[in-house]
Amino acid sequence: MDIWFFLIQVLNGVQYGLLLFLVASGLTLIFGIMGIINLAHGAFYMLGAYLAWWLAGLTGSLAAAVLLSLPLAAGIGYVIEALLVRVLYKRDHLDQVLLTYGLILIFNEAQRIFWGNDVHGVTMPAAFNWSIKLTEAQSYPSYRLFLSAVCAALAVAMYVVIARTRFGMWVRAGASNRDMVAALGINVKLLFGVVFAVGAALAGLAGALSTPITSVAPGMGDTVLILCFVVVVIGGVGSVKGAFLGAMLIGLADTFGKVFVPDYASFTVYGVMAAVLLWKPRGLFA
Amino acid sequence: MTFTMSRRLAILLLVLLAALALFPLWGKLAFAAKFPFLMQKLTGIMILAILAMSLDLLVGVAGLVSLGHAAFFGLGGYVLAMMSPQYEAANLWLVLPCALGVTALASLVVGFLSIRTSGIYFIMVTLAFGQMGYYFFNDSKAAGGSDGAFIYVKPAVEAFGVTLLDLDQKLTFFYVALGTLVAVYALLRLLLASPFGRVVRAIGVNEYRVQGLGFNPMAYKLVAFTIAGTIAGLGGFLAATQYGFVNPAMLGWHQSGHVLVMVILGGMGTLFGPVLGAFILELAHFAFESVTDHWLLPMGVMVIAIVLLLPKGVAGLLIQWTTLPPPQAGEGGERSETGEGPHPPTAARRVPPSPASGRGEVKEAPP
Amino acid sequence: MTTSDFILETRDLTKVFGGLVANSSVSIGFKERQAHAVIGPNGAGKSTFVNLLTGHLPPSGGQILFKGANIAGLPAHKVTRLGIGRSYQKTNIFPSFTCFENARLAAQSRLPTSMRFLRPALSYAETNRKANEALEAAGLAARAERVAGTMSYGEQRQLEIAMVLATAPEILVLDEPLAGMGKEESEKMVALLRDLARRYTLILVEHDMDAVFAIAEVLSVMVNGTLLESGPLEQVRASKAVQDAYLGDGAEAY
Repeated sequence: MDIWFFLIQVLNGVQYGLLLFLVASGLTLIFGIMGIINLAHGAFYMLGAYLAWWLAGLTGSLAAAVLLSLPLAAGIGYVIEALLVRVLYKRDHLDQVLLTYGLILIFNEAQRIFWGNDVHGVTMPAAFNWSIKLTEAQSYPSYRLFLSAVCAALAVAMYVVIARTRFGMWVRAGASNRDMVAALGINVKLLFGVVFAVGAALAGLAGALSTPITSVAPGMGDTVLILCFVVVVIGGVGSVKGAFLGAMLIGLADTFGKVFVPDYASFTVYGVMAAVLLWKPRGLFA
Repeated sequence: MTFTMSRRLAILLLVLLAALALFPLWGKLAFAAKFPFLMQKLTGIMILAILAMSLDLLVGVAGLVSLGHAAFFGLGGYVLAMMSPQYEAANLWLVLPCALGVTALASLVVGFLSIRTSGIYFIMVTLAFGQMGYYFFNDSKAAGGSDGAFIYVKPAVEAFGVTLLDLDQKLTFFYVALGTLVAVYALLRLLLASPFGRVVRAIGVNEYRVQGLGFNPMAYKLVAFTIAGTIAGLGGFLAATQYGFVNPAMLGWHQSGHVLVMVILGGMGTLFGPVLGAFILELAHFAFESVTDHWLLPMGVMVIAIVLLLPKGVAGLLIQWTTLPPPQAGEGGERSETGEGPHPPTAARRVPPSPASGRGEVKEAPP
Repeated sequence: MTTSDFILETRDLTKVFGGLVANSSVSIGFKERQAHAVIGPNGAGKSTFVNLLTGHLPPSGGQILFKGANIAGLPAHKVTRLGIGRSYQKTNIFPSFTCFENARLAAQSRLPTSMRFLRPALSYAETNRKANEALEAAGLAARAERVAGTMSYGEQRQLEIAMVLATAPEILVLDEPLAGMGKEESEKMVALLRDLARRYTLILVEHDMDAVFAIAEVLSVMVNGTLLESGPLEQVRASKAVQDAYLGDGAEAY
């Protein structure tokens, strides 16, 4: 295997991992701070993708569509938190699983009602219609690099917010001891609403940004949700750092799995998870 | 808790069972043209009820919320599909033990890895392993990939060259499913009354204390997980026989979620509750489907309503209604009527996890 | 090491949580059929000590010798099977089960295995008998059919004791059996414990000094995770160091 091919796969793996991180970080934050296991998180990824596709068709610009879909996803997330998720704080995980499962059914059906069953694609924006030529035969698409850069920037921004700001302090306090947040006299309702909305927006953004390189299709949220669970299980529930490393691991495992054992590519991911579970049942960073 | 059933509840359930068993007689008169379809539907529901009961052993009894249980259901079906010769019948005495053996082994391995975790982890890990099974068959060309696989000839039930049962016969198969349903229920009741069952029930209430008493909770949870997985495999075997077809969706997490809803809707920890839940949910599904193409929407609303409004499920309501003491229940009360055990009847109620453990405890409420 | 006349003994038992030393080199010996109280102010490490003794926490260092064999690091379910039973500071029962079933389950734990799947649990006569005996001993015979969670707090504490007794232990490790009890309930419990002290090796962790002095023959005092003093009741009561560190003015009353 030549070195360029290998490099391309590493880049793909990292790019996929970063995208997963955007979704998984929301999932792990929502659990860490609010104690909620949110199965409907993948639905926001799907929502972001469909909004981007739909708005890109209306406005003619993917950039505008992505920017518009962001507040929409956040807003819908905020409303759902206020209407339904809030009920779950005092319930156990089983109720959370069921209620958010019910939400998935509604989300999936709403998607079919509004946008139908067809698989859609978004054309690559003209600005990214070029590739970086690596060798005679191999090149790397510029959009994937851009995507990685955006995700990496967001990851850094998230790190700074969590490590350096007051909001981040609450988040950290909440993740390590949920009761403490309330004791600190913080407006818990608002904090939870914002965290949920941010999580939804991150997942939505990931979905929106991925549209030029993946198809927009029913059920796309489910696939990502399961992978994010794997990421969170590997990293440790509630740990953003763990989510990041878990996402990288899964991104690379998935990408290389597809290259080396194409018939059982989805297996590699679960193989990694099983190995981590054997070694550290509570995840790498819990 | 091997709850004792009040006599009234037992009678009610027996009446329902009789109505179901006699459906081939009265259904023909009542529904005429729709009868064959309903026969098939009810058979399918009974099979799902078996799956739901097996999940109840985990969720309602042991307090293990599995979101990957359908994987064993699908696996049982796939074993039959893979072992069936293309143009002739497989031998039931061979394929059934194989299907059960394979699902038992798979649930042992998955259980071993999953029960090391608890609470939210357990949910995520079982979900992930369930999807692993889904993708295994979805990506496997030998198993027909995402299209699934057909079983053209149903397994033959023969002894000494004589056909005992013709599973191709709708009526015969209806009663095979019904018999299996009743047998699995009886088996699980027996199991729950045994020393093993008592320990598993106690684990669902207070695992920490169970260990303090001298039981190794891991071992009991693993055995329970394996038993539940194997029964699920039996259900999948029946489902594959009925439809003559398997596909990866049988293993998927939507199927797992669907069965979990049956358990909760019916009333977890009661065994009969999940059976009722299977019938109610599937008939509701059928009703929604016949009204709108977008039946998932009312389904989703219904699921959310169940969570918010019916914490103890239908079984909880039934137990409440049937044990409302008659005004002059002077001597004895309900318990002595059945005299089976020391427990008053109750359905498990879900309570918030304690902050210390973070685990989704499934505790039972005192009446 | 030479054989000791202790049935249970800790040697340099140490537990560290992160950077916090909860138990530091604690060495205490417990003699057979003796009532031995472990006291100390809040945060002295008594609960940690109990959890180490009974396998609920693995020690960071040191030994726990039961009849001369080191059992440090054994998980809780194995320790209790050796005959070291414990009760819990926070009531730790199965609230939805009947009183009898709580005790029965405890007694069932002494079957060689509970991996028995078909015969009804209630048909094990020996187990039922042990459970009833334990309820009797704890003064709960009349309450057998009550749902545990609906009993009074004091009765739930008695049930806690009954459950330990049903496991037929040699050593009873009781973690604050009087915690949260009213005067009347306490008196009942002290009488029960005095009775038990005649038949079992008793390790009693307790705050209530009246109770300790009424029950224990030997006293160990822990402060800041270390053992301050250990010896016969009167000797420890008289010890200057103990009085300064812990008993303080309150001890003058006795």
